[in-house]
Amino acid sequence: MNIHEYQAKEIFRSFGLPVPGGKVARSVDEAVKLAEEQGLPVMVKSQVLTGGRGKAGGVKFCETMDDVRANAEKILGLDIKGHIVRKVLITPAVDIASEYYIGMLIDRDSKKVLLMASAEGGVEIEQVAKDTPELIFKQTIDPRYGLLDHEAMGMGMRLCPDDIKKARQLAAAMQKLYKAFVESDASLAEINPFIFTPEGKGHAIDAKVNLDDNAMFRHPDYEVLRDLDEENPAERRAREAHLSFVKLQGNVGCLVNGAGLAMATMDLVKYYGGQPANFLDIGGSSNPEKVVNALEIILSDPEVKAILFNIFGGITRCDDVAQGIIAATKAMDIKVPIVVRLTGTNEEEGRAMLAKTDLVPAATMDEAVQKAIELAG
Amino acid sequence: MAIFVDDKTRVVVQGITGRDGGFHTREMMAYGTKVVAGVTPGRGGQKFDDKVPVFDSVAEAVSEQGANTSVIFVPPFGAAGAIYEAADAGCKLIVCITEGVPTVDMVKVTPYLQERGARLIGPNCPGLLAPGIAKLGILPTSIVKEGPVGLVSRSGTLTYEVVYQLTAAGLGQTTCLGIGGDPVIGTTFMDAIMAFNEDPKTEAFVMIGEIGGDAEEKAAEYIKAHVKKPVVSFIAGQTAPPGKRMGHAGAIVSGGSGTAAEKKAALEAAGIPVAERPMDIVPKLQEIWKS
Repeated sequence: MNIHEYQAKEIFRSFGLPVPGGKVARSVDEAVKLAEEQGLPVMVKSQVLTGGRGKAGGVKFCETMDDVRANAEKILGLDIKGHIVRKVLITPAVDIASEYYIGMLIDRDSKKVLLMASAEGGVEIEQVAKDTPELIFKQTIDPRYGLLDHEAMGMGMRLCPDDIKKARQLAAAMQKLYKAFVESDASLAEINPFIFTPEGKGHAIDAKVNLDDNAMFRHPDYEVLRDLDEENPAERRAREAHLSFVKLQGNVGCLVNGAGLAMATMDLVKYYGGQPANFLDIGGSSNPEKVVNALEIILSDPEVKAILFNIFGGITRCDDVAQGIIAATKAMDIKVPIVVRLTGTNEEEGRAMLAKTDLVPAATMDEAVQKAIELAG
Repeated sequence: MAIFVDDKTRVVVQGITGRDGGFHTREMMAYGTKVVAGVTPGRGGQKFDDKVPVFDSVAEAVSEQGANTSVIFVPPFGAAGAIYEAADAGCKLIVCITEGVPTVDMVKVTPYLQERGARLIGPNCPGLLAPGIAKLGILPTSIVKEGPVGLVSRSGTLTYEVVYQLTAAGLGQTTCLGIGGDPVIGTTFMDAIMAFNEDPKTEAFVMIGEIGGDAEEKAAEYIKAHVKKPVVSFIAGQTAPPGKRMGHAGAIVSGGSGTAAEKKAALEAAGIPVAERPMDIVPKLQEIWKS
């Protein structure tokens, strides 16, 4: 789950990281009021779940109240890469003498949390990684001991070799960030930039956190951080029905059991010249309720002109699956053709049951995909 | 022979009295796997299906029944705990089927397993099926056949699809292994490939990858340098949009890396054919195997 900058800053603050104050406004008047409370100058920062906000004009420095009003007006409602700005963060503007990058993520190779830091802060770190990878320092963290003092200090000294006070502040920030990462079950936590004022005081002035969806069961308090406005309605419904679903732009709706097979099915639709409308993993169960939910979600997209079931039964009996699909489709008023591919235990029985209905049976994945594309027109 | 299992494999099922655990224990036993114990805290002293003794702890299952391998079917909040327990009790192979285990839990589990010399497969995986030897997990036995091909995959049903096609073409398998779709997993592609390379019975193998991470690229480098056996690959997720998790927690293209195109390019650069469609895997394998 991706969360907003202001929410990530709340988490960072609760772990003792130096984050400037700030509040979120949903209207221009509210933005001005918050700026008056905080005192000028302030930053007006769009809160959307995408990067590149500054480049898109979504982050502005304001010296006067007129600036605040004008910029809040411009930014609220702005479309940044398909995300509409509904909230702006009003936060004190601090003088910047130097900028650093501090980030943590899960490193799949070492199976550890990886700390990355660079003196090239305030720019897109992906770009730094591509152009000048030698400017990014890395440290894997042993989960048994956490980020040890000498590791953090070593990193601080690499970033700030001439200023022990700044190196210490950076080291402390890294250790707090590690604690925040582990205890909040993040999959990514970044401060970009961590800045020093001309007086040498450090601040985390931007924050990015992605939370591990698998760990939400131990963070019920994070559920409120989910921004329902940023979620596609069909994706929200799918999440509530415990289905893995991703909306795409095509016209062939796909219902598949298993994530890998679901991806391979989408790829095959494309291979044969069609366009998949979605990714959907219906899981191992064939109960009609789940199938109905999945069909309703897919059919809420008016672009969908045909539906493709690709079910590899495995241990699940295909006659049971067929029965589930038939019961679900009978209960609904479906106008688009449905192709069903069933393979596994009792597949002939399953296909025989389908043959008595309007559903179009298919024996292989390739046959099913080609039929679905043809029927989608 | 197979990789990771043999005729000495004695299984304890953690979560044997649960719905999924019970169902798949019966399937494993029906295939001839030696399930010697089950564990459900509070159910010690009972018998599963009047056959398999149930214990309160894995340690008892190991000392009373000589279990050396654990298969885990416990819910996500208890999965990491179950892995620690199995490793501490002395199980050297642990297969965690559970989907939805927090990644930080797996990061913490990793050094604990290394200290105890235990191999983990999964989590979020279908497990392993060595035709004619044993089944540890949930792979369907009806689609496999004994033979010379190894198969390793990050997926579940896509694995079944490919195994089904192998068997239909008369190509049996030494071991079918699903390593799981999470970002941090126990046994990796590299581990599986090294094992297949060393296994005398495995003459050729298939690697089924997907978007996210760079395990396929790492495996490609290794294969190029060390593997003489024929290898064919497939990568799922060419049409996946960036930044979206495609079901599996690990299947996500982030910051422009982990794409299917990158993986395909790395594999092909290492001389490993990459099938365009699942149905092209078997013909491609037959083609390079003969020559």
